[in-house]
Amino acid sequence: MAELNIRERQAGDITVLDMDGRITIGEGSVALRSAIRRLLEEGKKNILLNLAGVGYIDSSGIGELVSSYTAINKEGGQLKLLSLTQKLQDLLTITKLLTVFDAYETESDALSNFKGA
Amino acid sequence: MTEQTTRLVLPSHIEAVADAAAAATDFVHNCGIGEDAAFGIDMAVREAVTNAMVHGNNEDEAKIVEVTLNCMGHELEIEVKDQGEGFDPTTVPDPTDPENILKTSGRGIFLMRTFMDDVQWSTRPEGGTTVRMVKKF
Repeated sequence: MAELNIRERQAGDITVLDMDGRITIGEGSVALRSAIRRLLEEGKKNILLNLAGVGYIDSSGIGELVSSYTAINKEGGQLKLLSLTQKLQDLLTITKLLTVFDAYETESDALSNFKGA
Repeated sequence: MTEQTTRLVLPSHIEAVADAAAAATDFVHNCGIGEDAAFGIDMAVREAVTNAMVHGNNEDEAKIVEVTLNCMGHELEIEVKDQGEGFDPTTVPDPTDPENILKTSGRGIFLMRTFMDDVQWSTRPEGGTTVRMVKKF
């Protein structure tokens, strides 16, 4: 089984990635990077990462979230996070990245907060 | 008071990080450490082993990383040794400073220090870096 499984769906012009597994150095980080790169190449710049199924992330995975955020912003898009587990929320709090990322508990809240949505 | 020790010798490839973490998780469980502390220890082991493999040994698979876990009373000690050129932790900037917040790397040491009670680096006379981490439980 892959370290990180990513399923893609559309909600209007917003692409939702439902993620399940771990975002850690190696396979998990690479899977996230590849998914974001491909979406940007396809012109899909508004991306919601549903992290409900992500139980573990390391510093490499955190770095990949930051990299995704800056890459999407550079293209004029928006990245938002959905359904952080408590541990992931704690990690983003201690690294002060919750001051950078927009994170939401419900999908409807997240979708309605995309600019232009 | 029972003392438990486990020693792992790993090749310097990233897939072995998960092996180290799995072994550490088993060890920590057998020491009777609770879930919350175990999460942080797992994280610290992953980060220390990743640093040893990537920054210490430059992912040279001919070089090994040695992990020793020791549990005595209510203290867990973890040592991770690489065969690199040495490392000065004071050169790593604070990743939570506003000017560093969007950097894509440099959080591993911060997380190790966050989750462990004490983290010390030393350079061995024969070469290589040892990071020693302690968690009281």
